[in-house]
Amino acid sequence: MRAIDMHTTAAHTTAALTEADRLMVVCNSCRYCEGLCAVFPAMERRRLFNDGDLNYLANLCHSCAACYSDCQFSPPHEFDVNVPRVLAKVRGDSYAAYAWPRAFSGLFARNGLIISMIAALSVALFVIGFVAVRDPSVLFGVHTNPGAFYKLMPHNAMALLFGGVFLYALVAITMSLRAFWRDISRGESVGGMSSIWRAVADAGRLRYLDGGNAGCMNDDDRPTDRRKHYHHATFYGFLLCFASTSVATLYHYLLGREAPYPWYDLPVVLGTIGGIGLVVGPVGLLVAKWRRDPVLVDEPRFGMDVAFIMMLLLTSVTGLLLLVFRATPAMGMLLAVHLGVVFALFLTLPYSKFVHGLYRFLALVQYARESASHDQVADT
Amino acid sequence: MADLSRQYDVLVAGGGNAALCAAIAARRAGASVLVVEGAPKFYRGGNTRHTRNFRCAHDSATETLTGPYSEEEFFDDLLRITGGQTDEVLAKHMIRESKEVLVWLGEQGIRFQPSLGGTLTLGRTNAFFLGGGRAMLNALYRTAEDLGVDVVYDAPVTALDIQDGQFLSASVQFEGKTHNVRARTLVAACGGFESNIEWLKEYWGEAAENFLIRGTRYNRGAVLRMLLDAGVQEVGDPTQCHAVAIDARAPKYDGGIITRLDCVVFGIVVNKNAVRFYDEGEDIWPKRYAIWGRLVAGQPDQIAYIIFDAPSLHLFMPSLFPPVTAGTIRELAQKLGLDPDTLDKTVADFNAAVRPGTFNHADLDDCRTEGLTPPKTHWARKIEKAPFYAYPVRPGITFTYLGVRVNEESRMLMADGKPAANMFAAGEIMAGNVLGRGYAAGIGMTIGSVFGRLAGRGAAKNARN
Repeated sequence: MRAIDMHTTAAHTTAALTEADRLMVVCNSCRYCEGLCAVFPAMERRRLFNDGDLNYLANLCHSCAACYSDCQFSPPHEFDVNVPRVLAKVRGDSYAAYAWPRAFSGLFARNGLIISMIAALSVALFVIGFVAVRDPSVLFGVHTNPGAFYKLMPHNAMALLFGGVFLYALVAITMSLRAFWRDISRGESVGGMSSIWRAVADAGRLRYLDGGNAGCMNDDDRPTDRRKHYHHATFYGFLLCFASTSVATLYHYLLGREAPYPWYDLPVVLGTIGGIGLVVGPVGLLVAKWRRDPVLVDEPRFGMDVAFIMMLLLTSVTGLLLLVFRATPAMGMLLAVHLGVVFALFLTLPYSKFVHGLYRFLALVQYARESASHDQVADT
Repeated sequence: MADLSRQYDVLVAGGGNAALCAAIAARRAGASVLVVEGAPKFYRGGNTRHTRNFRCAHDSATETLTGPYSEEEFFDDLLRITGGQTDEVLAKHMIRESKEVLVWLGEQGIRFQPSLGGTLTLGRTNAFFLGGGRAMLNALYRTAEDLGVDVVYDAPVTALDIQDGQFLSASVQFEGKTHNVRARTLVAACGGFESNIEWLKEYWGEAAENFLIRGTRYNRGAVLRMLLDAGVQEVGDPTQCHAVAIDARAPKYDGGIITRLDCVVFGIVVNKNAVRFYDEGEDIWPKRYAIWGRLVAGQPDQIAYIIFDAPSLHLFMPSLFPPVTAGTIRELAQKLGLDPDTLDKTVADFNAAVRPGTFNHADLDDCRTEGLTPPKTHWARKIEKAPFYAYPVRPGITFTYLGVRVNEESRMLMADGKPAANMFAAGEIMAGNVLGRGYAAGIGMTIGSVFGRLAGRGAAKNARN
């Protein structure tokens, strides 16, 4: 029980949302942090915070934690203001709340464990599948010519399987994003492209992961930009890998050129650079995550964060190993492992930390819309 | 690492803006510096924790300041708010220095931003700290530590050894022991005595028990008392403090900015007898804001209630606590513990006296009462649209005016007018030199930064000689 009885502006479905509402009342009375990021200016446009507003603000928060170290009311102060942690809780809850189909929202509960099990199972199935279907002489043979990978798994089977799982992820994520957007925009449409471009620019340079230009608060009272840099490596590494796959698909269908490609060819170059980014970035993020002051984070969600970072890391590491050892007898098993990891990654996209980027992007779109209209959001 | 057994060039007592500016300036001038902050690390910085801007003269607009603020204009403002109770030479010196100090603060790692929402009137004159006062403190401490300033927290000064205006050593309580800390010079930058209820009672009597303190409980004025007892010349009215009306539900200490209420002008203010006692429409923000603490302190039990109706609810900044809400004035009175008949009559009398006018809360408008005592001279609108709202308010004490006299070097002057041999002061502890009464936003920080830097430089030079 707090010594001071403080109030909220609306009734909420969870304790985290209630606490976030209480904090927004405190912050809205102070406003010292309004120059640090987008969360506080967005808050100032409101006096009433319903669940949708709080989910919006929570996903707008990039967890730089500058507001925590700048706050005169953070713990041990009796007002107990810890915006980064409470918004992290709300954010994590929102992934589950908007999951599609609803029946799968429980996957976010013990996310680390579930993702690990799905990944292990997926890898195992690919290995078993390869062993069951292919003769050992093919599986452990040396294949170097174009079409080498497809000696182990026919291209059409690969395309069908991965295309299918990717399509499913796309549908599930789209449904989740629609529900989220309805809540945070109060049912309005996205409108013109300008808000989207604004959001692309803000997300692309992680404008709000910089503590108002000073860096993030991490393990001590000195801000750094480390997390932003590692996140850039991860994100752009991921995009390059995705581009690599896309180019390869085009090569295959449009030009009739089959993988593996020589080291200087576009898919390999993109994949290699991306893969390196996708090793350096996740490793850096993992280290930063372990070191970060626990007071700033939502500790029960540690597993979800680590699981997603590990999936990215495994994707890149197995991909790079495949590149290095593709002309050896190890190629068959490495391909099975890599495909298993990528399959699990795709399958779990809608139910993993992956969604954080998309929700945050929509929150940035909404922020751009509000900022452009200058209008006070109506109190309802 | 701090070594309390060695002799430092400069001992800084305090841990706020003035103390850190002094410590940094002294260290940059080559002195060894120890900062002893009486508060724990989280509560470091005294009232600086709750500040947000720095008033400074400047010749032209900057990235964050919207236009020039000349030395003359700053001085005129100071004259007006203090009613002339300022040391003109010292004040002009401070204003001149403030120009350079704005740049200097930036060099110490402090970042500025445009004025905050709801404070547009200050966008030209005051440089706002990005992230507020605690962000400013964090930056100053980081810089001080980088430069090699030693800092200890939870280390109150319990005694000063001063002989004939010469500081010899300080007794500092730290980690369960009393240390005799020696230094060649002393900078006293540890604020006033607003958190010392016993001391406030000397002037305010039992009423002080009902005061709320806006800053931390550590602003007890212990060093100020020691200096005055050791023969340093006193400055400023000891009976006066800066008091605003804040939400009566605020905690006793450290409620900060979020318990303030900007809504006096939108309604009426009644005391516990449910009657009005002062013109709520006398003047515009921030003056109207600053007089109400004292007014409420003069009412029985030091409590009052701001009463307004539905159209005014969103005309002012939100604050921490929700207003007490009711469908009728009588019901509101019951919820507040006031006599319903009296409050009903007070509101009815007020409503009957309101003359038609054009409401404009941004300016002194022509909405006023006629034939009412006390009158409401501006922004008077009938209180008639339910729901009706009330905020209970008490005096919230921000700072005290009593301090030590200093010269242009920020060196203390002894009771006989002679400069102290090796003692300097900066910040609230000497604010009374330039701010004899009144207040203007951000001027406490001007006093802290400007005199802090002067004191630090002076102390470093003094230590070398």
